[in-house]
Amino acid sequence: MDFASLFTQVLNGVQLGLLLFLIASGLTLIFGIMNFINLAHGSLFMVGAYTAYVCTSAFGSLWFALPVAIAAGILLGALLERSLFRFFYTREHLYQVLLTYALVLLFEEARAFLVDNDFHAVPVPAVLDFSVPVTTQFSYSAYRLFVLALCLVLAGLFFLVIERTRFGAVVRAAAFDRDMVEALGLDVKRIFLAVFAIGTAMAVLAGALAAPLYSVYPGMGDSFLIVSFVVVVIGGVGSVAGAFWAALLIGLVDQLGKAYLSGVAGMLVYLMMAAVLLWRPTGLFGRAA
Amino acid sequence: MLPRTRLGWWLLALGALLLAAYPWLVPPFYVTLGAKALIWAMLAMSLQLLAGGVGLVSLGHAAFFGIAAYSVHLLTPEYESLSILVTLPVAILAAGVAALLIGALSLRTKGFFFLMVTLAFGQMVFFLFHDTACCGGADGVSVGRPALGALGVEWTLGRGDRSLVYYYVNLAIIIGLYLGLAFVLRSLFGRVLQGIRVNEHRMQALGFDVYRYKLAAFTLSGAIAGLAGHMWVMSDGRVNPELAGWHLSAEGLLMVLLGGLHALHGAIMGALALTGLNEVSQLITERQLLVQGLVVLLIVLLLPRGLAGLSLPGRRHKAEADDDD
Repeated sequence: MDFASLFTQVLNGVQLGLLLFLIASGLTLIFGIMNFINLAHGSLFMVGAYTAYVCTSAFGSLWFALPVAIAAGILLGALLERSLFRFFYTREHLYQVLLTYALVLLFEEARAFLVDNDFHAVPVPAVLDFSVPVTTQFSYSAYRLFVLALCLVLAGLFFLVIERTRFGAVVRAAAFDRDMVEALGLDVKRIFLAVFAIGTAMAVLAGALAAPLYSVYPGMGDSFLIVSFVVVVIGGVGSVAGAFWAALLIGLVDQLGKAYLSGVAGMLVYLMMAAVLLWRPTGLFGRAA
Repeated sequence: MLPRTRLGWWLLALGALLLAAYPWLVPPFYVTLGAKALIWAMLAMSLQLLAGGVGLVSLGHAAFFGIAAYSVHLLTPEYESLSILVTLPVAILAAGVAALLIGALSLRTKGFFFLMVTLAFGQMVFFLFHDTACCGGADGVSVGRPALGALGVEWTLGRGDRSLVYYYVNLAIIIGLYLGLAFVLRSLFGRVLQGIRVNEHRMQALGFDVYRYKLAAFTLSGAIAGLAGHMWVMSDGRVNPELAGWHLSAEGLLMVLLGGLHALHGAIMGALALTGLNEVSQLITERQLLVQGLVVLLIVLLLPRGLAGLSLPGRRHKAEADDDD
């Protein structure tokens, strides 16, 4: 293990963690505010990745895919919330699980129908298709640095909106006590819609950004979904800050585990979760139930 | 969870008789399918005990199914087969111990957390089988089927009549399982579980150690899932990591919901119905997931009480009430 490769792995881990944050921040808000468990969140990530694949093969560059992904995410989120999810906020968890599981199956079928069942590589945009020299013998992919920077900017924006705007204050209040917010005369339904649309858009965008790094393949949403759950559990439901730090932790653990402990790499993040559960059952940033 | 009237029990007995007659009414292929459907029914009943009995939704039960299946593989020497009297207790024990450990951690959380945590632990077991070299990795490996027999006397089964024998073994297990769970649900233990489902805090206030009751139910449920996993290896003769994957867990819950959450026999009806549905959809289209997805959507939207709820119109209030005969 030399320093350069360790440095690369750490950067990769941070970059994976930031992508996970884009997925998990939406999940944690949706859990926290709407009391809704969305298994289809991983499928939305997949939608983003395939949007990137289709756009790059049709128009030749990823740059078209990113705005398309954001728009598609907002529309899709709003549509799902309006047509299905809002009727399930007060139903038992089992119904929410199976409703969204049905959507997972339907998204997979739609993917098989519209694209196909093969693996596809997605090319990195030409502008970023080079490596940045860090030391004399060692360099790092420019696209990964771009993803890192963009995710950091998005995370910063997200924090700013949540922590510094009126809308964000309402969202935080709703995550804390939904009934009280409603009693104060705020239109909770519109807040729900907005949170869903934003959360979905971030997951779809994460998928589009991830496509050149991990390529696109059937069932790719599943693994990201479940690791995002781990992030939410470790961070604490409803806590965006918790999701951020937990995502970084899981990204690093997963990446370094895959690089240096290949035998148990798949299990490491779950062992991490078990340890956190033993220590703090409500997550690192969660409030006591 | 159980029939309220004598008529209900008679109907159940009639259902069991129909299942017993089934192999004589259909071609051999459907006997094999029926034997597998009965295994799904065992898995669904284990989930039913948790979801309908205690109000816990576990999304990681396939892990226990898989652990039992893999324990048979690890126990059986290559190219040999062991007696079911050895493999079955070991498989159930392995699944039960795993459920005890995973349950002890998962039950520290509630609601969504519990769902996510069981899902994550299930996935951990999936990766354990998927990534380690001992168990055939991602492709799985074939396993010597446990043999029916004891004390040196072995009942060798030809390829032709294997599925018929397995069918009846599975049916006997299902009937035993139903009666056993009926006994459990009527015991004080079962009443406490149902109390927890309705109002956990009240049970706590009454002095019951809610955590222990839930853990006991989770362990029992995991052991039953293990029983199902063992029977799966016996009829299929193969293990692969997908047996522990989360799609199987979700499908088990789907069977429970399809059959009806608040009737124990709903799990059996749901498992049979879903297996039949998958088979029919395979005949008419290649897009099985589409059919399955749409069916789930329709059930969730239109049939909140499941098939078992359909057959008992107008009994909503009675079903919720407690009876002491």
